[in-house]
This record gives sequence, structure tokens and C-alpha cells, in this order.
Amino acid sequence: MTKLLEVRNVVHEFVVRGAGGLKGGTVHAVSDVSFDLNAGETLGLVGETGSGKSTLARCVVQAPRPKAGSVRFQGTELVGLRGRRLERARRDMQMVFQDPYGSLNPRWRISDIVEEPLIGYGDGNATNRRRRVRDLLDLVGLNPESYGRRHPRELSGGQCQRVAIARAIALQPALVVCDEPVSSLDVLIQAQVLNLLERLRTDLGLSYLFISHDLALVKQVSDRVAVMHLGQLCEIGPAEALYRSPRHPYTVDLLASIPSLDPNRPPASERAVASGEPPSPLAPPSGCRYRTRCPRAQDLCATERPLLRELGPGHQVACHFPEPVDEVEPAASATATVNGAKRPPWSTSAPSGHP
Amino acid sequence: MKETVLEVDDLHVRFDRDGQRVHAVNGLSYRLRAGRTLAIIGESGSGKTVSSRALMGLLPSTATVTGSARIDGLELIGLTEEEMREHRGADLAMVFQDPTRSLNPTMRIGSQIIEAIRAHTEVDSAAAKRRALELLSLVRIPDPQRRFHQYPHQLSGGMRQRVMIAIALASDPKVLIADEATTALDVTTQAQIMALLSELRSRLGTAIILISHDLGLAASYADEVIVMYAGRAVEYAPARILFGQMRMPYTRALFDAIPRLERASHSLLPVTPGQPPDLTALPAGCPFHPRCARAKPECRESRPPFVEHEIGHWWACWNPCKDGEPL
Repeated sequence: MTKLLEVRNVVHEFVVRGAGGLKGGTVHAVSDVSFDLNAGETLGLVGETGSGKSTLARCVVQAPRPKAGSVRFQGTELVGLRGRRLERARRDMQMVFQDPYGSLNPRWRISDIVEEPLIGYGDGNATNRRRRVRDLLDLVGLNPESYGRRHPRELSGGQCQRVAIARAIALQPALVVCDEPVSSLDVLIQAQVLNLLERLRTDLGLSYLFISHDLALVKQVSDRVAVMHLGQLCEIGPAEALYRSPRHPYTVDLLASIPSLDPNRPPASERAVASGEPPSPLAPPSGCRYRTRCPRAQDLCATERPLLRELGPGHQVACHFPEPVDEVEPAASATATVNGAKRPPWSTSAPSGHP
Repeated sequence: MKETVLEVDDLHVRFDRDGQRVHAVNGLSYRLRAGRTLAIIGESGSGKTVSSRALMGLLPSTATVTGSARIDGLELIGLTEEEMREHRGADLAMVFQDPTRSLNPTMRIGSQIIEAIRAHTEVDSAAAKRRALELLSLVRIPDPQRRFHQYPHQLSGGMRQRVMIAIALASDPKVLIADEATTALDVTTQAQIMALLSELRSRLGTAIILISHDLGLAASYADEVIVMYAGRAVEYAPARILFGQMRMPYTRALFDAIPRLERASHSLLPVTPGQPPDLTALPAGCPFHPRCARAKPECRESRPPFVEHEIGHWWACWNPCKDGEPL
């Protein structure tokens, strides 16, 4: 598989100003993260607040440039490029953001918003551009005659997100970075926009870096999934394998915390394991940053940061004491004791009676 | 049989603004029993939040509220702000989505809890402080003595929400309304907060109303579920019955649209076309009919009544989903 994106040892930090503008501390947002994204695939990036997933995504598009590390896109190193050369190298990479209204200029009309990238990269003449804008609006399910002349405030959140998508695909990018593209939308509209993204993926041969805090959503749209916690990459692997046999204790806890749609199963509150509060990104724990909440943690976890190791085909885990493989669905009352802490049963069985 | 602590009958809320009339809640009725959890599920514009704020007397002056909402026999609709203040906190309390906006950033946590305690009880400051510390322990905030003196920004989102719950419980309300209280929280924190609410419900016997768009939350934590659309209840049942067989196609559509771990990668979701209805111009007939896969001619002509069609299971639909049938 051709590697569309190669991210190596990316680091990004934010300085937090205390009283009087003095440096109050550093948020270690992304700490030494590496991964690849192959042409034609959707890589899901999942994590909770403070995991660094959004910061990582922005570092990939060089907005902002990471403090350290390398981002090779289509074979070209992006970190270190400036001005026109960065624009050229970055042309095939576009982004869709979480806030449907925030990324659209409220004073522009919809057709102008979608046309902007075509002008910016000097594509074609005005007539060609406008035809392309109409085609793009059709492609995302918005009637150009009805919507072209409107302003974003006249559209719903879902419709604005469609406009953002139309704009993102205008230049026929190879990679679209989607940062929580449906989180602000109502449930039924989410499904519409997700299906649109999926359809465009197959019709236009797009690759996606899909960021979300919603694990079930990420699994549904992705080929491979990467799990982040407090700036560190915990686990990465094929979606099916990762969800069926999560190896990192944080992944296990995340999955156990998802509310079940089956009222007959014990609620997530009884299945979740992590104890205590998430640590602050201003003062992350040494070594493995999950160790303060991890039921499997031992001394080594504090002194040595675990590196990603391959534990299965394409399945890498950064953990000194990963969960053992357990593909058979455990019995409802079965628990295993590790370091005195219970490992909860967790299964992927569908609730009875539903597809 | 537990006693009914809250009775809502034919609640209507409309907003009149700039010559436009928005019909936000159009005839909502339900019963809440002590110690039970009722989930009110809906998307934006369903009326779920507006209806609860109507009970709390938290709607702006552009709102007109009619109907009845009685807590332990006391009528809430039509009370003045002064009268409402006596009951807010003492009889029913609310926890909101964004604790950052609900907590005063310039006041220490302890003072805010004491403020809530003293709003309804005559106590001296020592007793109030004791009670505040008790409440912080009740909501499982570690190291309560230290947190008592901290400001909201020194706490994480999950902890702030616990403080909100402590404030809400300060005067032992009969009903606690959690309005998207865990929506802004991470899923692991959500699990912890829901565990806390379940525990508090068992210990204190508080009845809980969970307002959310998340059906999964309802499945896991609610005893009964109401689904709202365009300001009306369209389906109601105990959770086990509802998730066993949904009748109203909107409920079914909501359920099917939720991303699932069991689905294969790149699978397409079942899609409901269109938008939620314009609350200033609701269509005739069933408000869901323009988007409904099961719509028949009568759905366009007349609105289906909300009726108990099966024991304990109410719905408003002319062409409900049948057992085992796909949408």
C-alpha cells in the first residue's frame, strides 16, 4: 500500500500564561506520536478531551507547525516548508471542522464559499469555476439554485457542514482531515452527513483522517483506528481487531464506558474500570500517562514510557502489560484479577433483537 | 407502589418573538414516581429542554406556559418568580450541560454550595459548612476540605459537574433534572457521573429526569423513556419494553442512526431524509410525516393521538412499526 501520510515523532506543546503574562506551565498536547496513513484508507483517531487528537490533526496540516517531528505527505516533507511551497505541497490535503458555522464566513454567500479554493489555487476561468461550484453543491445534496445565494445563517448545521465538505473536495484532494465533523449535529442529520462522507470516499477515491471522541462512530467509518491518551498514542490497528481484542487498558476502559443500547446489560457505570480523575496535561504522569488510572500499572510504567510494539498483524500497542488476547466472549460473571483490580467483562455482542 | 412525585398535564409552551410564534411544547403529559428515572429523549427543537425549564420557571418573558405541572400536589405553572424561588432547589433542582457557565467563576466552590444551602434553610455558617463538606463527599469529590476553598477553574469538567450535583442536592429536592448533564463530558467521566446519580437515587430516593439526545443513556440508566418530537411526546414506555420493540418510526429512526460497534467498517447508516420541522409552521397531520418511511395519506391529514396501545406502551402513530419488521 502506498503511504499517503507518514507522521514521525511529532511533538507539540502550548505555553500557558499565568498571572501577569508570565509562563505558567506547558501543556504537553502531543508527545512523540508516529503513524502512517495509507492511500484509500480511513484512519480513525479517537480520544477524549485533552488527548491531543485535534492538535495532532492540525499539526498534520501544519496549522500550527509541530514543535518537533516530521510529516511527509505524498512523499514531501511538510515541516519546514513555508509560503508558496507549503501551499503547493498541501494542496491535496483539506480539512473539515467540528463547528459547521465557525468555518464558513458568515458574510459570504454559499457559492462564494465553495468557489474560494478554486480561485485561491488559480483554477480555470469564472464560468468553469461556477459550473464546478454547482456540481459540488449537487454532489453534497444541496440544490445550487436554492442554496447558492444564501448565507450560512440561513442554513441548518447539517447543511453548513455539507457546504464545508463541498469546499473541502473542490480541489479533488487526496486526504481530507475531518475533526469531529458530525459532533455538533443532531442524530438523524449525523447519519445523513456520515453517509455523504462515505459516498464521496468511494466515488472520489478519498482518504480520511477521521477524528472523533465517539468510539462506535469511529469504528464504523474507519479501516484502522488509533487511540490517544494525554498526548500519547496508546494503540493502533485494524478497526475490527482493535475493538474485538483491545490490548491497551485505556482502550478497554473506553470501550467499557460506552452506554449500551440494551437495557438488559449492566450499564457502563458498572463496567468501566478507570479510577480517579484524568491527570492534567500540564503535569502529565511520568512514563505511561495512563498509569495513574490503570488497574494493571506497575513500577516500570512510571519509569519507562512504553513504546509501540506489534502484537498482532498491523496491531501495535504501547503498554508494558497489555491485556491478554481474549477473543471468546467472556461469561457475564467472569472477571480476572490483576494487581487486585477487577478486569471487567466486555463483549461486542449485539443487543438482542436488533441488527 | 411508589407515590407519584411529579404530574405534568397537557403542558404547552409558546414563544412570541418579533411577530413570530414558536410552538415549542405542544401538549406534554407524564407522571414521575419517587426514586424512578425518566429519560426524555429528543433532538434539538423537540421541546425536551424547554418543557423542563418551564417546570423550573426558567423561561424568558417571551414564553407563555399553559397546562399543569404539580410536584407533590403543588402547582408550579403560574407561580411568580418569588414563589418559584422557594421551590427551586427545595422541591426540584436542575443540573445543566455546561458546569463552566453555571458555576460562578469568581466564587469559591464551598461558598457556592453554602449559598444553595442557605437559600432554603436557616443555619449558621458552621452548620452550613459542615453540610457543604458532607455534600462534597456525597458526590465523591476526593479531598473535599481542599476543594472547598478552590475556584471552579481549578477543577476538571467532571468535578465541576459533581459540584453542580452537590449544589442541586443541597436542599434535598424530590426531583433532580439532569439536562444533557453528561453531554459535554468524556465517555469515561460520563460513566462515573451516571454511577454517582444512580447511587444518589438509591440512597436519597430522589426522582431523576434525564434529558438527552442519547438513546444509549436512556437504555442504560432510565426506568421509563419518553421520546419527543416537535414539542410532543410521540412514544412512551418502560425502557425494557421500548428497546424491545419501538413502535413510532421516529424512535426507530433515532435508534438506527446511532453508530454501533457491531457495524462493519464503511457501512452506510439507515438515513432519515429532511430536517426537523419549523416550529413556527408545523405541518398538518403528524409532524414527522414528511420524513417518515412509513407515512400513509392519513398521516398528512390528521395528527395521530398519543394513546396507550399496549400495556404501559404509548405512542402516537397511524402506521407503527410491527414486531420484527424493518423500518
